[in-house]
Amino acid sequence: MENVAALPHPGVSLQHARAKFGMWLFLGSEVMFFAGFIGAYIVLRSANPGLFEREFAQLSRPLAAINTMFLIASSLTMALAVYSSQHGQREKVGNFLMATIMLACGFMVIKTIEYTTKFSHGIFPSTSVPFAIYYTLTGFHALHVFAGILALLVLWGRAQAPASATAMAGACELVGLYWHLVDLIWIFLFPLLYLLKFP
Amino acid sequence: MIEAHAAAVSGGAAEHAHDEDHIHPPPATWFTKYVWTYDHKTIGKQYLFTAMFFGLIGGLLAMLIRWQLAYPGQPVPWLGSIAKAMFFFDDNGAILPEGYNQMVTMHGTIMIFFVVIPIIVGAMGNFLIPLHVGARDVAFPFLNALSYWLYLPASVIIFASFFVDKGAAAAGWTSYPPLSAVAEMAPGSGLGQTFWLLSVFLLGFSSIVGGLNFLTTIITMRAPGLTMWRLPLVTWAQFVTSIFQTLATPVLASAVCLMLVDKLTGSSLFLPAGLHLTGDKAVGNSGGGSALMWQHIFWFYSHPAVYILVLPGMGVASDLLATFARKPIFGYKVMVFSMSGIIGLGFIVWGHHMFVSGMNPMVGTSFMMATMLIALPSGVKVFNWLATLWGGNIRFTTPMLCALSFVAMFIIGGLSGLFMAATPVDIFIHDTYYVVAHFHYVVFGGTLFAMFGGIYFWFPKMFGRMCNETLAKLHWAVTFITFNAVFFPMHILGEGGHMRRIADPTNYDFLLPLQPMNVFISISAFVLGAGQFIFLGNFFYSMFFGPKADPNPWQSNTLEWTTPSPIPYYNYEKIPTVYRGPYEYSTTVAEGQADWLAQSTPGADPAEHH
Ligand code: HEM
Ligand SMILES: [Cu+2]
Repeated sequence: MENVAALPHPGVSLQHARAKFGMWLFLGSEVMFFAGFIGAYIVLRSANPGLFEREFAQLSRPLAAINTMFLIASSLTMALAVYSSQHGQREKVGNFLMATIMLACGFMVIKTIEYTTKFSHGIFPSTSVPFAIYYTLTGFHALHVFAGILALLVLWGRAQAPASATAMAGACELVGLYWHLVDLIWIFLFPLLYLLKFP
Repeated sequence: MIEAHAAAVSGGAAEHAHDEDHIHPPPATWFTKYVWTYDHKTIGKQYLFTAMFFGLIGGLLAMLIRWQLAYPGQPVPWLGSIAKAMFFFDDNGAILPEGYNQMVTMHGTIMIFFVVIPIIVGAMGNFLIPLHVGARDVAFPFLNALSYWLYLPASVIIFASFFVDKGAAAAGWTSYPPLSAVAEMAPGSGLGQTFWLLSVFLLGFSSIVGGLNFLTTIITMRAPGLTMWRLPLVTWAQFVTSIFQTLATPVLASAVCLMLVDKLTGSSLFLPAGLHLTGDKAVGNSGGGSALMWQHIFWFYSHPAVYILVLPGMGVASDLLATFARKPIFGYKVMVFSMSGIIGLGFIVWGHHMFVSGMNPMVGTSFMMATMLIALPSGVKVFNWLATLWGGNIRFTTPMLCALSFVAMFIIGGLSGLFMAATPVDIFIHDTYYVVAHFHYVVFGGTLFAMFGGIYFWFPKMFGRMCNETLAKLHWAVTFITFNAVFFPMHILGEGGHMRRIADPTNYDFLLPLQPMNVFISISAFVLGAGQFIFLGNFFYSMFFGPKADPNPWQSNTLEWTTPSPIPYYNYEKIPTVYRGPYEYSTTVAEGQADWLAQSTPGADPAEHH
């Protein structure tokens, strides 16, 4: 019947198929949200090339590189958590979720270090346009990481209580999708802010 | 073929029986029934009532604006004393230019974001989509409630902004920087503008949540037998609108966030270097920002948003025209394709709002061509509506009159849009009353007429009672006549060079000969405003005391008309099975029978017999 998006595999409830569809749409809207910011970044950077180069030279590449590792690793642990949840291994789910949370917290700690060192050098959004867009992009991304941590904590709590394995798998997959997007956005921000140099 | 179909249908029903046929217990408490409710119909009504309240406020602002334009500098009679608390007035009770700017800004913001979008999407979409797909509710009832409860704080914030220090935002509903971004530039550009940004952000969130909910509902919750090609055009329109809402609104949110960063941290994302306000005190901390960037990001959302404003109206008009012409809609699939064409193009034409911003003429020309292309699908729709009427057995009920007005007004608004789309013409009429005429023709004449039609049409389904038809016709007539008296002359004002957003036209010698027209427009506007109380009176009286409605007072054939009026909270006792498209009027029936077939009446689908 064409009335329902064909169920992915047997045993997955209709409501989960729907939630997943809704989650993909939400991710689409998140992409557009950051596309607006990145568009602004492109406009501002092409208008002030030298300025961006000079200002962004003050950003710490090593810290950002470590953060990139953290997020990529967290995507792996997240994927493993989803996999385990689909195979009913609740204990592993909990552990992988905890690993994801720890990596995400690591990311946040380093972000905080970056921000506070900048602040202590008197660098704020009002310092210059490059820093304004830097704080905006990384700030809103960090908010998304924070929201992800909250969601992961709730999920982790559920993994501790004996809940139905399939319900767990559904929620796990949704949070996983979101988490991968948050990771992916950072994969764009990292080169845009820390690496790129225009001739 | 029929057997195969029936088998497929029962297969679908079996799969559904599990999940969908289950009826949840009704909400038990007053709180879960009327306040924190999951029922899409009640949420739709919550949107409707909130939007009607804001319609009153936005309307009052319009009256104040018209007073000032007709009688600049004269004390405002009785409204003045209320408005004085909220805006800049002089001691005699006359509107000051700053106050005027605030009124224009808040009028536009409230009407677009807090009245029209909530009515067409929040109220109509919520009420109709689950009914039209044959479901008990939307896909995510919790998110649906959440979307209303984001809209409500947004409206509280925008309302509160009237009363903050230095008053409400004053930079226009488009909030162009630097005017909006620098607190010293206009009284409302301080806290008022910050409230504006916060409120629009929340509203955007609510829109996105609503949009993805509707998309999921339409794609995954259709009743057995209800293919996409059997959906009524109202629902198709909501589908297309929801794509816009889900993918374009976030871009508005990012624009708003960028400006919030500027306002809250003192950065200068939108402020160029060397911006001076008075004397040599530079504005903004660092410069290097781009004021035009706001226009690009804002219009990247807000052009699609004008189609969010009109597509649902097109859908409603299509359904009403077919019902009351007793004919299938002409070119059903083409209607859907043209809506899709409109969204595709809608994303690439935003630059037509910026022809005079100093853009590269080549870019201007591309935007001009793309904009002109949009007139094609729009024109196709108009001809399909006319062809639907052709040879129909037309019933001039109020919903029908409203739908016809929609078509007529949309033609005028679409044509003036074409003139402005031509760059050389727009350089002359940009930022004049011609633009004001254009968008009121499409938004008020178009969308709001369709919504009045829709409200009169679905009122019996919403409240189980009929509206008073005489009062409704009177309301339609007053609105139609005075609407045109108000907005048609604005084309002429615009061509005469009358700028938008000026507080006192009598300051300009070349506008003095046009002043009598301003007076005429204002008087018509006061009648137009007063006429809306006929609607409100009829609405609230009929809600409680109107005659009880039949399940199907208009002999219409989509699914919602097979339920009792008002609709029970579970919508359908049994999830219906659909056998045919939504417009089986006249063509399919034998002599002497009813001239329509409900979508859920078993039997062969006439559309499949060729
Ligand atoms: C045939 C289709 C249309 C065309 C070619 C068109 C073209 C245009 C153009 C070129 C402008 C910019 C004029 C200027 O500022 O100088 C404009 C403004 C506007 N249009 Fe349209 N339009 C069309 C349909 C619509 C529809 C359907 C709506 C809404 C339901 C709409 C709402 C508006 C609004 C609100 C503005 C003014 C925005 C502002 O500056 O405040 N238009 N239109
Ligand atoms: Cu536009």
